[in-house]
Amino acid sequence: MAAAEQASPQTSGTTWHGIVLQTLKRNEIKLVPYVPDRVLTTLIKNLHADPYFTTFPTAREEEAVGIVSGAWMAGMRGAVLMQTSGFATLANVLASLAVPYQIPLIMFVSERGTLGEFNYGQALVCRTMRPVLDSLAMEHHTITRLDELEFIADRSIKQAVTTQAPVALILSPLLTGGKTFDK
Amino acid sequence: MTSTQRNTKVMNRFELTQRLVSTLKDEAVIGGIGNTNFDLWAAGHRPENFYMLGSMGLAFPIALGVALAQPKRRVFALEGDGSLLMQLGCLSTIATLAPKNLTMVVMDNGIYQITGSQPTPAAGHTDIVAVALASGLANSSWAADEDDFERLIEQSKSASSPTLIGVRIDDKPGTGTTRRDPVQIRERFMHGMGVRQLL
Repeated sequence: MAAAEQASPQTSGTTWHGIVLQTLKRNEIKLVPYVPDRVLTTLIKNLHADPYFTTFPTAREEEAVGIVSGAWMAGMRGAVLMQTSGFATLANVLASLAVPYQIPLIMFVSERGTLGEFNYGQALVCRTMRPVLDSLAMEHHTITRLDELEFIADRSIKQAVTTQAPVALILSPLLTGGKTFDK
Repeated sequence: MTSTQRNTKVMNRFELTQRLVSTLKDEAVIGGIGNTNFDLWAAGHRPENFYMLGSMGLAFPIALGVALAQPKRRVFALEGDGSLLMQLGCLSTIATLAPKNLTMVVMDNGIYQITGSQPTPAAGHTDIVAVALASGLANSSWAADEDDFERLIEQSKSASSPTLIGVRIDDKPGTGTTRRDPVQIRERFMHGMGVRQLL
């Protein structure tokens, strides 16, 4: 692992996506399927560039949840990357697979729909996310600060694995800059 | 019943499942929601079996995860046609990753048997194997009859790419009912996969 920890600014601990990548690696999370989001672009690019990770797009978020669930039961750790609207498609698989089977599903959700959202549909979808998480009593944290990211992500991954319970780590625009209306 | 020209025999899910299970040693089997895993359970429980109690459409994705985690173990996935219709995109994902240790079986009766035998939107005109082929799963074919099914299963074990086998089945319900204890199912499966010891 030491050899893989190079001081490139892209993957080092100076950026939010660098911290996420290193935290995944430190926790031996190798399998990272995703449905992309603009905010996640650099993280996804760097995951692809690092041979430690098996990372690939899926057609739907619940497909990615199925994949990491199967992999975990067979001894390989994974995490799913998505955006808020993708999370909104997951209520069924959370309630019928991850939670009842006690699978430590680790999700990173890029938060759209708040703090400068320009698409009303995204703003409404965002409001469904935390009520769904709360209705299943699922652990979730909204990460807003770079100096808290590593602590929250690292501890939450370890808690998910040891308690065999899913967790959603919501990446706030306060952390990532979010997606802004440019054209 | 169907307008597509097929020369495939209409078989029975439980009988095919029994034929598959009787040949198994340490292979993993993921049974899709409903009748598919009921018949897997009825064919004789084994710790390498995983039974889905929800998450319709995810048998192939779950099996893909197992196949990626344990590339030396053969992984079978049994899925209904209605379930697969919910997650057709997974065929493209599987074609991309192309794990050669994955064998997928689609039990196609054209109906949602368990909810009252209503026809699926695909019934009579959508060819699931053609969909798989067009998704990039070149090693996809219909089983003509029971012996052909066994031949295709055997052939898949030494294939250099993932295999998908379509079987036309009748409208019979599942045999038996899986014991609905998700934690026990998961824990035993992990034991079967060699990553957990039972307490």
